[in-house]
Amino acid sequence: MSEKLLNWDEILIGGAIKDPGNSKSYETGSWRVERPVWNPESCIQCMFCWVYCPDSSILVDENGKMAGIDYDHCKGCGICVEQCPTKPKSLAMLLEAEAKGKSEEEIRKEAFSK
Amino acid sequence: MALLNELAKKKEGLVEGHRLCPGCTHSVIMRQVLAAADTDKYDIVVAAATGCFEVSSGLYPYTSWNIPWIHNAFENAASTISGIEAMYRLWKKKGRTDKDIRFIAIASDGGTYDIGLQALSGAIERGHQFLYICNDNNAYQNTGNQRSSATPFGASTTTSPNGTVLQGKSQPKKDIMSVLEGHHMQYLAQASPSNWRDLMDKAKTALDVNGPTYMNVIEPCTTGWGFPSNKSIEIAQLAVDTCIWPLYEIIEGKVKINYKPKNKLPVEEFLKPQKRFAHLFKKGNEHLIKEYQGQVDKHWEWLLAREASGIGY
Amino acid sequence: MGKKVALTGNEAAAHAIRQINPDVVAAFPITPSTPIPQGVAQFIADGQMDTEFVTVESEHSAMSACVGASAAGGRVMTATSANGYALMWEILYIASGTRLPIVMAVAARALSAPLNIHGDHSDIMGGRDTGWIQLIAENSQETYDNLIQAVKIAENKKVMTPALGAFDGFNISHAIEIWEMEDDAKVKEFVGEYEPLYPLLKTDEPITHGAWAPPNWYFENRMNQLEGLLNAKDVVADVGKEFGKAFGREYGLYEAYKMDDAEFTIVAAGSVCGTTKDVVDKLRENGVKAGLLKIRLFRPFPYKELADVLSGTKAIAVLDRVSPAGAQGGPLFTEIRSALYDVNNRPPVINYTYGLGGRDTQPVHINSVYDTLKKIVDTGRVEKQFDCLNLRGTWG
Repeated sequence: MSEKLLNWDEILIGGAIKDPGNSKSYETGSWRVERPVWNPESCIQCMFCWVYCPDSSILVDENGKMAGIDYDHCKGCGICVEQCPTKPKSLAMLLEAEAKGKSEEEIRKEAFSK
Repeated sequence: MALLNELAKKKEGLVEGHRLCPGCTHSVIMRQVLAAADTDKYDIVVAAATGCFEVSSGLYPYTSWNIPWIHNAFENAASTISGIEAMYRLWKKKGRTDKDIRFIAIASDGGTYDIGLQALSGAIERGHQFLYICNDNNAYQNTGNQRSSATPFGASTTTSPNGTVLQGKSQPKKDIMSVLEGHHMQYLAQASPSNWRDLMDKAKTALDVNGPTYMNVIEPCTTGWGFPSNKSIEIAQLAVDTCIWPLYEIIEGKVKINYKPKNKLPVEEFLKPQKRFAHLFKKGNEHLIKEYQGQVDKHWEWLLAREASGIGY
Repeated sequence: MGKKVALTGNEAAAHAIRQINPDVVAAFPITPSTPIPQGVAQFIADGQMDTEFVTVESEHSAMSACVGASAAGGRVMTATSANGYALMWEILYIASGTRLPIVMAVAARALSAPLNIHGDHSDIMGGRDTGWIQLIAENSQETYDNLIQAVKIAENKKVMTPALGAFDGFNISHAIEIWEMEDDAKVKEFVGEYEPLYPLLKTDEPITHGAWAPPNWYFENRMNQLEGLLNAKDVVADVGKEFGKAFGREYGLYEAYKMDDAEFTIVAAGSVCGTTKDVVDKLRENGVKAGLLKIRLFRPFPYKELADVLSGTKAIAVLDRVSPAGAQGGPLFTEIRSALYDVNNRPPVINYTYGLGGRDTQPVHINSVYDTLKKIVDTGRVEKQFDCLNLRGTWG
């Protein structure tokens, strides 16, 4: 996440940035207090989570299907969980502290047991 | 509009790693607009006004834009895009490009309703081909929630605070759609990110107009409005369902309402979850809610009547 | 071959723009530069140029549209004066900070209040730190020549900095003079084609312009910008020589008029230099060693070169066509005095404000300046460091 601080004579003139979309290298996932956890079994692939995600953090496979969450960038806002239309929901929030050190399966269990 | 699975396969014009607050809908709106754009047919160049979205998505040495993007200043997104579009016309005329390029200017209500209104009016009158999108978050949010002419009646902001004598903003919100409609442009629309399909249809329509078009989009602000980050889309939906934020188009002067709630909710439903309206629910302030409901009803009825009249320019 | 024409300074500017034929002009009318956009509009209407003219609703939008158009990737010009220039202020910094080689003609004029539409340097001097290259013309010929050169200077890859060509409102803008207009084709050849660095319209190489820079990046960006501006000094000299080769009128950073053995020197910029030259000639006929150092390039300020020219003189008067506004003297005075600080045997330097809001400055006034300089040399005493020319009442 550390950026290289260039000298004044090493930068492009006029403050131009030639590297489109390079903010991907800035990981906003560290802001997160809670994380959304996905349950692919109940997911109906409506893609509402994708269309409402402010941080382009719904991973999409080559078929345009929901494939997980980009935890490097997801800020944990919780909109995806809120907008998930399945019953029960296919996304649930879990405190980062509770997810720490646990396997994917354990995390899913923890998130959806509540 | 294509299915979301199809749209999700497209390369995104705006990417992650921007520094917007968690739950901010600025990026949601832009992602929906760019998903709707027919980018197989044309490229897009964006000019942004100073504001939350601009500082979050273009923070040197980072950019969240995968498409050409420029920020100039607060009040001149429209005049900046005018210059770009004029240069494009010149390039076309002289055969320097064979590309089809469409132009989008983005600003919030500060840069649109207030400080940027003159530049916007001028650019529309001159007839440049561009879609101007106002992400209306109801106040100057980038400087910390100061009132704008888009702040609704009764809202407490840092320059129209609720106090012992005054109860938030005492003036109603400016009807920017009517202000801009006076330019007799071909297409204006009001949209909400909660109603993504409607928003996408509008963006696609607007981008295909060979002239200036305008979209007014509600942009719920978690910090300024005071609601949890996961409620942004819900708040936008409540604005639509209370008819505080009607979804409509003005096509060559004809009003077309895109969504008429079967059960029009009382304004309280929208106000209640937001801290900026908390004081309205204190004893003795009932008349303020009543007054706000009156303003909303009046505007909604006027819109319905305009639609029914079928009159355009 | 060029041809002699009898036209105003504004027409000189308009013809320069016609011959340069920029891709985009965005301008808003203001006295005294209004005839420039009018001229451009007529040339376009008559098919003499194919520029896209953006008829903006304000000067703020004029410079904003120039920034957009220049960033889009083409050659861009505009014109303004006074309050219009002031309205552009915010965006002047953005144009230079974004390194966009926009070229602007400025018919220099007084700023309100009181409202006054006539010539002085309040506008360009107020904007001297906006990061633009500033060239100041003495007459219509130089107005025309400077604008043509400004394009080449601004667009030089080592510079990439906007430039303005200033000329005095009314004294030049509205005065008909005989000057030489060069062939369209020759001017076209001289300015050449512009190759933008990072054009927005090159959509397959998406560029981001105008990102905000936090404290750990802003300083480096500003110093990077300064380098471009400073590079302009050598480029101005080179382009001035090249222009001389192409058209027979060579330009330097300044003009030293009878300075070789000058004892009494006036330093000034703009149309007053014409009057001063006449006075110098008369004084020389009478054996007075008078000289004039005419400032052409004000930004970047060629302080070393100017100090070299001035170091041999015995007394200097700097004429500023702007109020000192609370400084020790006018901007040209403070620059010159500062430049001389490192010179051995510094000559005394005094300052005059003159010509505000179109106030006439005649040979009699310039003569009085040389008289004062003589007195200073004779007595070894400076009685007044600052004074005014042709002001009713005694100042100070």
